[in-house]
Amino acid sequence: MLGNEAIARGAYEAGVKVSSAYPGTPSTEMSENLVKYEGVYAEWAPNEKVAAEVAMGASIAGVRAMCAMKCVGLNVASDPLYTASYIGAKGGLVYLVADDPGLYSSQNEQDTRRIAISAHVPVLEPSDSEEARVMTKRAFEISEEYDTPVILRTTTRVAHSQGLVHLEERVVPEDKEYERNPGKNVMVPANAKMRHKFVIERDKKLAEDGSTAKFADLNKAIYSDEKINLDGEDLKVGFITSGIPYQYVMEVFPNANILKLGMVSPLPKKLIEEFASKVDRLYIIEELEPVIEEQVRSWGIPCFGKDIFPLDGEYSANMLREKILKADLELSAPNNVPVRPPILCPGCPHRATYSVLKKLHIHASGDIGCYTLGVAAPLSVVDTTLCMGGSISMLHGMEKGKGKEWVKNWVAVIGDSTFLHTGVNSLMNMSYNQATGTVIILDNSTTGMTGHQDHPATGKMLNGETTLAIDLVKLCEGMGIKNVKVVDAFDIKKLEETIKEEVAKDELSVIISQSPCALLKSYKAKGKCYVDPEKCKKCGKCLIPGCPAIKKDKETGFSIIDETMCNGCGLCQQNCPFGAISLKANE
Amino acid sequence: MAVTNIMIVGVGGQGTLLTSRILGGITTKAGYEVKLSEVHGMAQRGGSVVTFVRYGENVAEPIVEEGCADVLIAFERLEAMRYAHFLKKDGVIIVNDQRIDPITVLTGMAEYPENIIENLSKDHKVIAVDAMSEAKKLGNTRVFNTIIIGVAAKHMNFKYDEWIDVIRNTVPAKTVDINIKAFEAGYAIG
Repeated sequence: MLGNEAIARGAYEAGVKVSSAYPGTPSTEMSENLVKYEGVYAEWAPNEKVAAEVAMGASIAGVRAMCAMKCVGLNVASDPLYTASYIGAKGGLVYLVADDPGLYSSQNEQDTRRIAISAHVPVLEPSDSEEARVMTKRAFEISEEYDTPVILRTTTRVAHSQGLVHLEERVVPEDKEYERNPGKNVMVPANAKMRHKFVIERDKKLAEDGSTAKFADLNKAIYSDEKINLDGEDLKVGFITSGIPYQYVMEVFPNANILKLGMVSPLPKKLIEEFASKVDRLYIIEELEPVIEEQVRSWGIPCFGKDIFPLDGEYSANMLREKILKADLELSAPNNVPVRPPILCPGCPHRATYSVLKKLHIHASGDIGCYTLGVAAPLSVVDTTLCMGGSISMLHGMEKGKGKEWVKNWVAVIGDSTFLHTGVNSLMNMSYNQATGTVIILDNSTTGMTGHQDHPATGKMLNGETTLAIDLVKLCEGMGIKNVKVVDAFDIKKLEETIKEEVAKDELSVIISQSPCALLKSYKAKGKCYVDPEKCKKCGKCLIPGCPAIKKDKETGFSIIDETMCNGCGLCQQNCPFGAISLKANE
Repeated sequence: MAVTNIMIVGVGGQGTLLTSRILGGITTKAGYEVKLSEVHGMAQRGGSVVTFVRYGENVAEPIVEEGCADVLIAFERLEAMRYAHFLKKDGVIIVNDQRIDPITVLTGMAEYPENIIENLSKDHKVIAVDAMSEAKKLGNTRVFNTIIIGVAAKHMNFKYDEWIDVIRNTVPAKTVDINIKAFEAGYAIG
């Protein structure tokens, strides 16, 4: 099972009844798997804040609940998280947060443990799929026993690695009776003062208990007499580690002294002090921030950590061999080859919209999704990307800073799912504060980048049931926006006219550039495009949008289309001034 | 037994995940501990992708380290070249003899290297297969990756019938027959 599948299984076995999440790599598959289990209600929420609050509500009502998000999603959900920590949990409450060291699919490399510490929420961290299943169950128990939300932290290598998993039966704890308890559930200052004291005590208790037999399944110290020759000395070497770095330690030093932490916050101080006293040299092996290391050093325990290991990227067994054993691995140098960055797919509607923006020399304030790829050559349309929903507010800031004329060659571009995530608030701000900019909603009817999840405007729920679809046009009109235009993304003539018109106006405009993602199961390719060499004048206009299915033939100079890749979207056909490209429709 | 390290590399969308899952299936069936590591999200959009399969008695990390790969299965020539330094000295490359230009080549920012297979053969054992042409013969270009699994299977110690079982249980139900045909075709070449 994939780590995320195993977490879903663990949640099911733990008797979870409610789950809410917004898709985000590498956390998405947890929800997609959890929804398949009988007796679990699982949904997509418009964003992580909403998801976290849904889970909190279910917990207060007295059932086990969870929510899932990627690392940056926790920023959105941190508002409920910090106070949920004060309220605690009636039914077990678990937040799955997936960090992304190595930045496989994220905009930063933040470390969830930092947020968890300041929110005083305990963190469990599995190092493979089976542990992911077991720790998910354990997280629910800890949540109820200590009256706290619990964060289950994974990283890409745990979430997206597969390993063998044992299955156990689902055990659903009896629903707890709801009790009105404002002192605990209504966080006005007087109540929060009391609860803050509780939270501080809870942290202390968890740290103390973390060193005892009660947590021996999570925090495991393995002692050995093995000595390792380092810097000319035979030393008893100890490693404190957790999560995936534990596996790298096991790969290189399977017989060393290892303190594997399953609960990485709060730290079991007593256990760590005892472990450190029994070794000659201590290494802290943790990816990203020196969270364990800083605390261990603050207790006066000498150790090696970020002084020799990096703060960024993923670790590896080879890295430990080089940094600790100072081994010369005699690795061959990589071959010098052209890079292959991700690109928009053949038939992608974003490419059509971007080709028009490029033609009109319009800059795009970009957002988070596949369409961020519009930053790369040859499109080079996207100038900025900050965070979910940020495109619209940043365009507004540009206008307020430089004036309405300045933003007439700018637009904000945002996907439909991202728009509903947090773009709506930003658009409300533009409308309220008399902005005149133009926002293009790139509506491909799905959450593309994370693997095609539904959202409130697709008309489908996570469980596949049909539901009402939020009407984007009415939503924008409801904010008082007069200029709301819907255009087929592949009608580039009309799109060009519309964009020209709307950016010129001294009024706020929304253009919904619509066409489904070419990777959707429901997408029907129109056919395949062909170049007629008799008509092709080798002008290269068809190459401008940067479709990977079309290229210039090196020998003849004519454009040629790879029929195995072409989806027949017809964008190149529309760009050809000589009618040399034709579409052969699928039968 | 020492851990066997396999890498599957290719271009996002070529089906490396399905291939790694078939390898995961066959090795699990044989009673090994198996770990697979995949790449999802941004990297799937036509970018370079790599999937790791590790199996043996005890497997700790899920990734294959540089200089440690026993087998490199490459769905595209340039990708074989990109990851060749992950191979052990006596490691084997099974490469689909196909060229897919990265955007950097399409836009003229870089040149696609010539004679990749010849050059890789100087330092490694290379088995090159034109799986795309074979797949066309079967009437479905999408199953080229199963042809490559067939080629790889010939060089691995698992029973033929077990491969067929695993493929049957891993690929989508509608495509079982064509995938088995593809596997057979690859096995015959391998």
